[in-house]
Amino acid sequence: MRTVVLTKGVPDFREGQVSFDEDGHLERGKTPTVMNPNDKHALRAALQTRVRNGGTVSLMSMGPPGYEEVLQEGMTDVYADDCYLLSDREMGAADTWATAMTVATGIQNLEESPDLVFAGFKTADGETGHTGPQTAWCLGMPLVTHVVALDVDEEAGTLRAKRLVEGDVEEIETVETELPAFVVADPEFEPTYRKAAHRLAWKDLREETRERAESFEDHLTVWDHADLNLDPDYIGLDGSPTIVAGVDPIPRAPSEREATVVDPDDESGMEQVFDELAPYAAGD
Amino acid sequence: MTDDGGAVEEDGATDGRVGATDDSEHYEAVVVGCGPGGAAAAATLANNGVETLVLERGVDAGSKNVSGGLIYAEESAPYTIDGLFPGFREEATERPATENYIHNVAGDRVATFDISELHHHDTEWADSVLRRKMDSWLAERVHEMTRETGGGLLTEVRVTGLLRDGGEIVGVETAELDPITADLIVAADGVNSELARDAGLMDWEEPEEWYQGVKAVVDVEPDAINERFGVDDDEGVAHLFSGDLFDGVRGGGFLYTNRDSLSVGTVFHLDSIAAERAEPHELLDNLLTHPLMARWLGDDYREREYSAKLVPDSKKVALESPHEGRLLVVGDAAGQMQAQGPIIKGMNHAVTAGALAAEAFVDARSRGRPERAGQLYEEKLHGEGVMEKLRPSAYRNLGSLGEVEPLADWSDRLVESSLGRYAVRALGSGVLERLYSSPRLVSMIPDTRTPYVTLPTVIAEELGERVTDRNEVEPPELDDRIGELTYDVGDPHIELVDNSYAASGTAVTACPVSAEDFGGGCYRDERVKTNGHEEHVVSLDTQPCVECGTCAVVAETDWEHPDGGKGVEFREG
Ligand SMILES: Cc1cc2nc3c(=O)[nH]c(=O)nc-3n(C[C@H](O)[C@H](O)[C@H](O)COP(=O)(O)OP(=O)(O)OC[C@H]3O[C@@H](n4cnc5c(N)ncnc54)[C@H](O)[C@@H]3O)c2cc1C
Ligand code: SF4
Repeated sequence: MRTVVLTKGVPDFREGQVSFDEDGHLERGKTPTVMNPNDKHALRAALQTRVRNGGTVSLMSMGPPGYEEVLQEGMTDVYADDCYLLSDREMGAADTWATAMTVATGIQNLEESPDLVFAGFKTADGETGHTGPQTAWCLGMPLVTHVVALDVDEEAGTLRAKRLVEGDVEEIETVETELPAFVVADPEFEPTYRKAAHRLAWKDLREETRERAESFEDHLTVWDHADLNLDPDYIGLDGSPTIVAGVDPIPRAPSEREATVVDPDDESGMEQVFDELAPYAAGD
Repeated sequence: MTDDGGAVEEDGATDGRVGATDDSEHYEAVVVGCGPGGAAAAATLANNGVETLVLERGVDAGSKNVSGGLIYAEESAPYTIDGLFPGFREEATERPATENYIHNVAGDRVATFDISELHHHDTEWADSVLRRKMDSWLAERVHEMTRETGGGLLTEVRVTGLLRDGGEIVGVETAELDPITADLIVAADGVNSELARDAGLMDWEEPEEWYQGVKAVVDVEPDAINERFGVDDDEGVAHLFSGDLFDGVRGGGFLYTNRDSLSVGTVFHLDSIAAERAEPHELLDNLLTHPLMARWLGDDYREREYSAKLVPDSKKVALESPHEGRLLVVGDAAGQMQAQGPIIKGMNHAVTAGALAAEAFVDARSRGRPERAGQLYEEKLHGEGVMEKLRPSAYRNLGSLGEVEPLADWSDRLVESSLGRYAVRALGSGVLERLYSSPRLVSMIPDTRTPYVTLPTVIAEELGERVTDRNEVEPPELDDRIGELTYDVGDPHIELVDNSYAASGTAVTACPVSAEDFGGGCYRDERVKTNGHEEHVVSLDTQPCVECGTCAVVAETDWEHPDGGKGVEFREG
């Protein structure tokens, strides 16, 4: 079983980590880059497949050299065999389409084509959720999104998945598809290891990977557009059909607001407060 | 979604068999528990090429285990731990016990005997150990060895019971995994064995069938140990204590030197703890604060860990036939814990039994009759002399007689009488020391007050010297002690079946993390007013439980272990 997991670096949006400049713009240089939190679910799904079905896992990302750290972190999470970073200036400022084109080419450039590709559900910075499905389209693979549980039957060459369908009511639907396939893991994804053999395989992986993670550099391949034989006109900013017309910064909370202090013992003052609140309570 | 969190596999189709499904995994052998018994069984199976899966419920082997503990390698034993695990003494133990004393205490008077002779009898070596370190070292070796055979060791898996097929035992059920079938199941799951209970082999319901051990691991620098005990780095001391310092509760105390800590604890007959309404942690404090201890504990007392556990009394409960079908029971689970007078031997017997059970399976299999393994194991236990050590015939013939009520009283009164005192003086320290060192004599000691309380007290009064040291040790309060322990129980693993004080009140005092007038432990004693009348009841909150099992014996409870990895986690043991 050959598996590829796609992951991306995003600004660490956790409290206290993000830096803004005076205009309220994100300072990327000062904000640490971390793995897109939703990709962790893809890693978990890939790990489960690997533990249960064996084989290899590769991690792939498109982005600046700083993403190496994200790949290294992912390597220990999923016990990856190798990592690929698609990186050069020409690839910069890509929209989801140009990213999908680049990543799909990266996958096709691998020595052995994968049986399964995993991606996480939308990134914490772009929030579009497009890149995974678009990559699947480029690769011509059947796509299963919102996967919450997964079972691969290697012999039959099929994949059975439970997917979360959100609508008026949440539903779980079971689907089956042939391999190779593309899977987008839902944040609700729960790996299960109900066989002793699975857990033992997991332990073996942990042992094997301990050394591998220490010599991360030896397992990292960086490809630029030339390596992938990509035309700069079709990747990066030039290859991005999406035009961002503008970004509206979320207004900052006013530092001072007008406030009237009302003494709870002051009856008429309190009546006034209730009068003011009543329309909201009534839903007006 | 399925209730196991989303697995897509459909349930394996049953083919009319009970429990086992097409989906069941199969291993040649499943060993439950990775204490010394399980480790020895697994290593012996693996050495013989048997595909062996080891299941341990702790987050790490040893995280649930406590012993005193001196591990013995007996000269007469067919297996020793260092024989099965080369490098054991260098890697997994603390210090060899090179000196051995018993202190008879009456107030501040102490008569000390050197009992090295008893200690060295049939002993190749005896080292102090801390169980977390020892068991997790063993577990690593066990995993490597069993992995070679296609099996391996998994932690955080709790075996919840036996898997049966038409009444016959065919494997195990666990909380975390699908059912597993095996040709051999070794229950090495310790004192509160769920498997021995499930198989109907364990019905040790009475407090007199158990001891309760409580222990503190005390932080002391290696140099301070060397200086205070007068030893080198590779030497150690074992001190035992009996007499009047435990409020008349039958049992004794111990102090063993580790590399950079001391193990100080007490082991008492559970029926005596229950009858005296004794508070185990206070009995431990009695020992810690005795003037004699000042010289070893120093002024800067710091406890690393407080722990407790039950141990079975092999004289009463060692199973004559510790097997049922494919299930072979070893170690504490089979009641194989020997109190040889003041010396406690459980780990070494667990090792021997574990290895013999494995050997029996290998023999039986090579003869094409794997189903004979249990019978062969039983024969080996008797043939190798293990059963005679666990249930000495001398005790059965004479010792137990001493427990008959009028006789027990009589011997107590005799020892305390002027005649008894005269005898003690006449015998003098030399002869008494020799008597204390006689393995045959200690094997027939009856479980009465006389040998544990009365005689040592009289010896101290008649022959002891006054200890004038000032002991400044202030043991931590109970809530500090249990505050240090790690818990994550989730679903309560104990249920009070009868919460009346009459049925379950003893749990309040006997539980090592509960006490009368202490609201922060497991059990609380409460008076509830309903419809104008007041009821005296017991309430339970299992949050701080150390899983010793005491309340399962002294109170009306439904008791089971928490699921894999949950519950108390000892870092020292
Ligand atoms: C205070 C005290 C002092 C002692 N002093 C000594 C001493 O000095 N020398 C000595 O030799 N002995 C001593 N003992 C006794 C000794 O600790 C035991 O006899 C010995 O540990 C028994 O070994 P075992 O392998 O049978 O069981 P244990 O060591 O209890 O191991 C059982 C293992 O099974 C695991 N387990 C239990 N249930 C399950 C389940 N359902 N599923 C999966 N895993 C499970 C447990 O987590 C544990 O790891 C002392 C005991 C105490 C409490
Ligand atoms: S609640 Fe029971 S098992 Fe837990 S520590 Fe108290 S006596 Fe021991």
